[in-house]
Amino acid sequence: MTPLIEAPSERLLAGIKLLLASKGIATAEEIAERMAQTDRASPAQGARMVARAWTDPEYRALLLRDGAQAAEALGITMRGLPPLGVLENTVDTHNLVVCTLCSCYPRAVLGYPPFWFKSPGYRARAIRDPRAVLAEFGTALPDGQRIRVVDSTADYRWMVLPQRPVGTDGWDADRLAALLREGDMIGVTVPSAA
Amino acid sequence: MSQSEPSDTSEHPRAHHDMGGVPKFLCEPIDTEAHALTPFDREVDAIRGILGAKSVMSVDELRRGIEAIPEADYARLSYYQRWIRSIADNLLARGVISEAELRAALEQA
Amino acid sequence: MLAPGAPVRVRDDWPEARGPCHIRTPHYLRGRLGTVVRQLGSFPNPEDLAFARPAPTLALYHVAFEPRSIWPDAGGDEIVVELYESWLEAA
Repeated sequence: MTPLIEAPSERLLAGIKLLLASKGIATAEEIAERMAQTDRASPAQGARMVARAWTDPEYRALLLRDGAQAAEALGITMRGLPPLGVLENTVDTHNLVVCTLCSCYPRAVLGYPPFWFKSPGYRARAIRDPRAVLAEFGTALPDGQRIRVVDSTADYRWMVLPQRPVGTDGWDADRLAALLREGDMIGVTVPSAA
Repeated sequence: MSQSEPSDTSEHPRAHHDMGGVPKFLCEPIDTEAHALTPFDREVDAIRGILGAKSVMSVDELRRGIEAIPEADYARLSYYQRWIRSIADNLLARGVISEAELRAALEQA
Repeated sequence: MLAPGAPVRVRDDWPEARGPCHIRTPHYLRGRLGTVVRQLGSFPNPEDLAFARPAPTLALYHVAFEPRSIWPDAGGDEIVVELYESWLEAA
């Protein structure tokens, strides 16, 4: 490995940008456009999907069968992106997603992975001691609910479909979506109407 | 069907990025706060996206390059600092850029 | 093709010891017994893609493991991981 790539990171980025621009591979405009496009993905997208699934049984079935199609159905572009799998939380089972090898994350529907998802502590501990990890997020599961940890190692990306909180009868999808945080759709937290 | 017990994983050379259940991190608390990305982070992320979309470099090559970073550097560098190093490594390996070009660009940058 | 419910063992192989490689099978599963949940489709082998080599397509499975068979102190009830057919043998 050449020591050139050990240059200070800001300088390395500047040098790579010069070369990619001069070779017509990535211009400053393309980079700006890409950043704007990436910034548009956020947990609000996943929240819309979850809220729709809570209020529309047909959509719920589609979401659990093919997450990417369900995202497309709400206008979220999934072309060229990894397949999206959806893990359904039930009274019996709570799902938690981790990527122990790197940081695979359902970016199309949740945006950039949060800092904690990429941290060694989360990557090492979520798979081995998920209850302790949940406790650090202030999450305590009901007695008797099993925890399934999904290690996102390969070609799929995984999001969690949380259980609809009690006390939300009659709420419309927008109001339900506003309850949801990114951690609810990874499984470190659970939504609450309280 | 093999009846043998799996080998003791502690006897094998686990790669340092392969962190599931690894004892040295088990006492590490999780920083649950949100950390805003810097302009550097977002630019590196965007470049990776463009290189992927143009089939200049796959996400698997990005990962291989990250995993090739020596352990001490891997631990010291931020997430996107690892990415830009891997991107440079892969562009050189693929011959998209040459060492001479990179040296000159770093001097200019 | 492995059917849901099929018992499998993850190969007890350590390519890390043999030189540069890129593998998506976590170290903690090597040699472990699990159960196929379902096939997730077929994908080019990332072990080749990572080196920009021609990549044969492999079946990808979701496989379930008993956490306490891996770590006696494990706190969860089930671990589910995506694994390529090349890493699985019938058990």
